[in-house]
Amino acid sequence: MRIMAQTAMVMALDKCIGCHTCSVTCKQAWTNRAGTEYVWFNNVETRPGQGYPRRYEDQEKWKGGWELNGRGKLKLKAGGRLAKLFGIFASPVQPELNDYYEPWTYDYENLINAPAGKDFPVARPKSLITGENMNITWSANWDDDLGGSRRTDQQDPVLQKLRSEAEVKVKADFDNTFMFYLPRICEHCLNPSCMASCPSGAIYKREEDGIVLVDQDRCRGWRQCVTGCPYKKMYFNHRSGKAEKCTFCYPRIEVGIPTVCAETCVGRLRYIGIFLYDADRVTEAASTPNVQDLYEAQLDLMMDPNDPDVIAGARAEGIPEDWLDAARRSPVYAMAKVFRVALPLHPEYRTMPMVWYVPPLSPIVDVLNEQGHDGESADNLFGAIEALRIPVEYLAELFTAGDTDLVTGVLRKLAAMRAYMRDITLGDAPDEKIAADVGMTGEQIVAMYRLMAVAKYEERYVIPSAHLEDAHNLEEIGCSLDVEGGPGMGQTGVFGEASGRPTPVAVENFEALQARQRGEDPTGNGNLGGRVNLLNWDGRGSPRGLFPANNNRGAADADASAGKGAVYDQAEGNGPASDAGGQEGHEPPSSGPGVRS
Amino acid sequence: MSGVPTRTDVAGEPAVPLDVPPPGNVQVGVDDVMLWAVVPYLVLAILILGSIWRYRYDKFGWTTRSSQLYESRLLRIASPLFHFGILAVIVGHFVGLVIPKAWMDAIGLNEDTYHFFALSVGILAGLATLVGIVLLIYRRRTTGPVFMATTRNDKLMYVFLLAAILTGLATTVFSVFDTNIVNYRDTVAPWFRSIFIFSPDILGMTAASMSFKIHTLFGLALFALWPFTRLVHAFTAPLQYLFRPYIVYRSRGKHPAPGTPRRGWDPVGTPDRGRPGVPRK
Repeated sequence: MRIMAQTAMVMALDKCIGCHTCSVTCKQAWTNRAGTEYVWFNNVETRPGQGYPRRYEDQEKWKGGWELNGRGKLKLKAGGRLAKLFGIFASPVQPELNDYYEPWTYDYENLINAPAGKDFPVARPKSLITGENMNITWSANWDDDLGGSRRTDQQDPVLQKLRSEAEVKVKADFDNTFMFYLPRICEHCLNPSCMASCPSGAIYKREEDGIVLVDQDRCRGWRQCVTGCPYKKMYFNHRSGKAEKCTFCYPRIEVGIPTVCAETCVGRLRYIGIFLYDADRVTEAASTPNVQDLYEAQLDLMMDPNDPDVIAGARAEGIPEDWLDAARRSPVYAMAKVFRVALPLHPEYRTMPMVWYVPPLSPIVDVLNEQGHDGESADNLFGAIEALRIPVEYLAELFTAGDTDLVTGVLRKLAAMRAYMRDITLGDAPDEKIAADVGMTGEQIVAMYRLMAVAKYEERYVIPSAHLEDAHNLEEIGCSLDVEGGPGMGQTGVFGEASGRPTPVAVENFEALQARQRGEDPTGNGNLGGRVNLLNWDGRGSPRGLFPANNNRGAADADASAGKGAVYDQAEGNGPASDAGGQEGHEPPSSGPGVRS
Repeated sequence: MSGVPTRTDVAGEPAVPLDVPPPGNVQVGVDDVMLWAVVPYLVLAILILGSIWRYRYDKFGWTTRSSQLYESRLLRIASPLFHFGILAVIVGHFVGLVIPKAWMDAIGLNEDTYHFFALSVGILAGLATLVGIVLLIYRRRTTGPVFMATTRNDKLMYVFLLAAILTGLATTVFSVFDTNIVNYRDTVAPWFRSIFIFSPDILGMTAASMSFKIHTLFGLALFALWPFTRLVHAFTAPLQYLFRPYIVYRSRGKHPAPGTPRRGWDPVGTPDRGRPGVPRK
């Protein structure tokens, strides 16, 4: 047994509203560079749909992931080592730009520079690849919300597989009743096939937290990882000639902050925590003969963080105590193994993916509501889960290699949670039979409800930071943002105003956010940290903190702003202001006594 | 041609007996000394030091810069044709230049048999390489995005690469038709080997026919360019892939991150059409 720690994510799909905030913030953070225009470390797919790149799930074509050879041993679906080397000069099955889309910008300059004329100037789309005018025919998200699905639904590989069995039913049903969103990042697999495909050995899994990264200095652009990854989350930067992938925002994770996609998720559907797993048994688990047993095999690798043997094993491997503590509080462990509601995406690829999904119950609730039934009654829901075969089968193709019983089991738990908690919310006595029906206790259901529905920030993200004694290793403290034109620029003065190392931006933002989310004052007004908030100023008097206050003046302000003043005063008294203010570190010494005291 | 002819090098080192006398009177001039004794060492120095420098300074730029993302239909034919062709050509050069003729004779491979194999395989490999690179250059020129991604450095490299291939193929073809041509195993090959024992056999190379000399010079130029072009990817041919474990674990690392900006993370607002190596404003 060799215990290792793995940073992992769970996404509760019921809460995803398909707003793409995660994709946009991720892109702004990581892939807004030339060469990565078409690269989406995070994307949100509408299912049923083709996904990104188009039809990436069709492994008969793309040859991603692993398969078992005749002797039951794992082998790369795209071929063994020799075959890979012989195919190196022209990767046999690499997606082309057309399988993604041709990135473009608009000729905005024309709006300003066009000569006066009788026609209104337009900003034509220009290809970012050739610079020529182009027609936009596809993008990262062209079939969003089933857009154009009459034409493109034939292309969904998962649906195609189901079709052969239930042609008519799918056609009739899914347009109205069956749609959900699937946000995807790199799976940071335990048995990554991208890594196994890399001829240079440039892709590695970090021992400390299991994050899979590409060493940009060792990548030689052989492109085999693009073929190897069955999720097609390996991208080729066509400008630098190197592979790039989702980094799990490791500079943030190292300082205990959730990834950008998770932090900005408006649906609060992402959970980040760690697993302790047995690294010695990964290959064995991934070699499980029956694809439908892979889920259980993967779950078996996840060790119980409360088990004394596991704790001893983890200590022997040098996993620090706070990581063990985080493992015990891990939301991903709770959802995957304790409640058993989180499932891996496409376990049949045999990569042991570490981004898990709680399948959505919403398609079924929607059907019930539309048909005039009570979509929150346990009996209705249980019945509907059994009856609505197509959504369940579709979900099973995604998450359990086609095992519908597993998906049904999870959906029944989610249904039970709804029904059980409704009774409590309405003030009725909860029906313990509902809990018992899904093999849970009422207490467990309440705990699951707290984690999944209340979903407090501290409970969603339990991220132990990298160790202080390692602090000098951390990427961001090495000023990774201190590039020309970057936010760190201008901080080079030796003894000037900005002398010394800047506070990493992510840490500063994080502190501010924490203060906002944990404080009693959601607007953050009690917590200005030396800044002045004019948004809530009604124009009367002067906003707090604008002028250095003296005692007389403070009293006058309170009088002037009448009723509102009292609220502010209260907030001042209650808020945990002094701590946060002190940490910011660059407020002028003369900011108001209300903040400082 | 009587007696055992000997050849002395410029430094007046001990005479080396020749297997076969070079035909005709060979005059060694200053230019020959420069071309066949000075330039090769310059090229070697540039190749070795340049590669070390490039590896240390520019690991990030050490890549194939594949253009398969833009176009793969032609590439799928042309690139393997070229690469496998050039690999065969390299093997051919090794056999012809590094293995002494005496060894071949010793294993009973006589002149005629050797030449039959050398020429037939050589022409085949050479043609594959030539067709491959011509297709690749055609693709590079005619496929918009691929041409956009072509740097001046690439173009210069292509000139010398194509020239080396063309002259090499020409020498092979000439030697089929021209029976008077000097056997390179008596001239070029001893010179090539003598380079590496620091006793350049200038006379040998001087005695070689013009087509060999031109080909050699283009080859030398190509090697001098090598470390500074995308050709470096050949030096990191991933043979270790055959032996390494599939899954790579690595610690976060013990060294602090560099304080200087690393390449690859261009500032926001980088021109999308800008290319590596091209100065941007």
